[in-house]
Amino acid sequence: MENKRIGGHYSHRYDAELEEVVNRVLAMGGLVEAQLTNALRAFIDADSQIAQEVTENDTRVNTFEVTIDERCVEILARRQPAAMDLRLIVAVIKTITDLERIGDLATAIARMAMRQAEGDRPRKQIFRDIETMGNRVISMLAGALDAFARMDATAAVDVVRQDFAIDSDHEAIVRQNVTYMMEDPRNISRLLDISHAVRALERVGDHARNMCEYTIYFVKGRDVRHIDLSEMEAIVHDKKTPPEG
Amino acid sequence: MSQTNPAAPAMHASLFEGNARKVRFLSDEEIAITVENLDLFYGESQALKQITMEIPAKRVTAFIGPSGCGKSTLLRCFNRMNDLVDACRIEGAINLHGENIYRRGTDVAELRRRVGMVFQKPNPFPKTIYENVAYGLRLQGVKNKRVLDEVVERSIKAVGLWDEVKDRLQSNAFGLSGGQQQRLVIARAIAIEPEVILLDEPTSALDPISTAKIEELIEELKETYTILIVTHNMQQAARVSDYTAYMYLGELIEYADTMHLFTNPSQKATEDYITGRYG
Repeated sequence: MENKRIGGHYSHRYDAELEEVVNRVLAMGGLVEAQLTNALRAFIDADSQIAQEVTENDTRVNTFEVTIDERCVEILARRQPAAMDLRLIVAVIKTITDLERIGDLATAIARMAMRQAEGDRPRKQIFRDIETMGNRVISMLAGALDAFARMDATAAVDVVRQDFAIDSDHEAIVRQNVTYMMEDPRNISRLLDISHAVRALERVGDHARNMCEYTIYFVKGRDVRHIDLSEMEAIVHDKKTPPEG
Repeated sequence: MSQTNPAAPAMHASLFEGNARKVRFLSDEEIAITVENLDLFYGESQALKQITMEIPAKRVTAFIGPSGCGKSTLLRCFNRMNDLVDACRIEGAINLHGENIYRRGTDVAELRRRVGMVFQKPNPFPKTIYENVAYGLRLQGVKNKRVLDEVVERSIKAVGLWDEVKDRLQSNAFGLSGGQQQRLVIARAIAIEPEVILLDEPTSALDPISTAKIEELIEELKETYTILIVTHNMQQAARVSDYTAYMYLGELIEYADTMHLFTNPSQKATEDYITGRYG
């Protein structure tokens, strides 16, 4: 991958090291995205075989996290990166933590899929809603990875905006679930699993949002955590002056 | 849910109060030195171009930039060391606490007492350790042995050298290691109670341990003195300074809080330099 934000050092080795780290993050992101897609598929189709594959693949996600962290520590020790190189390494270290968590959530959904595969299935409508929400979450994750790959703060802030729809999907499904539980208490344990799965999807959206915040930090040099969307947009579109020394 | 917590900023402030390394603003500082439209020429060639900056009191200000960018030349302007260079011509002003040091009638010897300087290579005099530190006071006519003893001890203690040399104050200073010599030279500079200390690559000839000791010393000295340091070692500038100035081809490109400059510089030229990129 050729990237002008990474390349251009007097040391070509340094360029190559940073590129390698970024490429590994993208590979890890691709794997996590696939894990999530498969976990959702397994959950909706009650496919225990796909679910099994997802749980087995989780160690690959973990290995990615550990090796990328190692590479980052090595770069910090050897190169003492500054300015945007430093921000890149910090963003990567934090991004892969969120990716690893998403991997864990995918595994959790897969485990619940295995339980869904046994016994009766609740009504179809709820799965259609979960599918809609799940697809939104997957596209948000894909968007977050894409914004990181292109190092595009504007794209990142657009992705953050999608989190609101996911939060309201989550709320709607949970509320509906409660109604079903009241209708027939025998379904409660099964419906609780569904609630947990939906909750996991909602968490994935939060992690994807975090990743976008790290991308914005890398590109803009501004910490945009814990601020509202309008402030974030103002920073990304340079409508606010940064603090000068 | 990662919804915005309106209490978050306030919470952060109380959480980190006291130990947070806040971004400093020059506007909050007491200013020791102002440089106004300073131009410096060596014959026909211009080595400094329209330098304008404010240097805060009791802070460490670092000057970085590639060789030949004018940072050492600028440093030497602050105690008029460039007067010693033939064909060097200076326009503009440098005000030390409001007084232009380049105005006619400035007592240059007195200026250099107020603005001390330490160089890359330790340069103790071929005298005893004691006499090296007492030298400036003797020049000022101090003869009282008790006063001299006191100042020598206080100055050597201030640079953390006392325990290493107290039993051999009458030995030749050349017997000390490079790092000890450099600290002795700093002791000599502070013995005459300057206001400003100029450090021109003070550790580039020293090993890492001596370097760490000098950096520690700089941290202590800034309680009392205004410190300006030129260094080729960017990590050193990042470690020891409060403000950093990046210079290139005789111009001041960017001058900001050190933390800000090393994490998020506003000029691309600065970014390229500190990250090791070609522009």
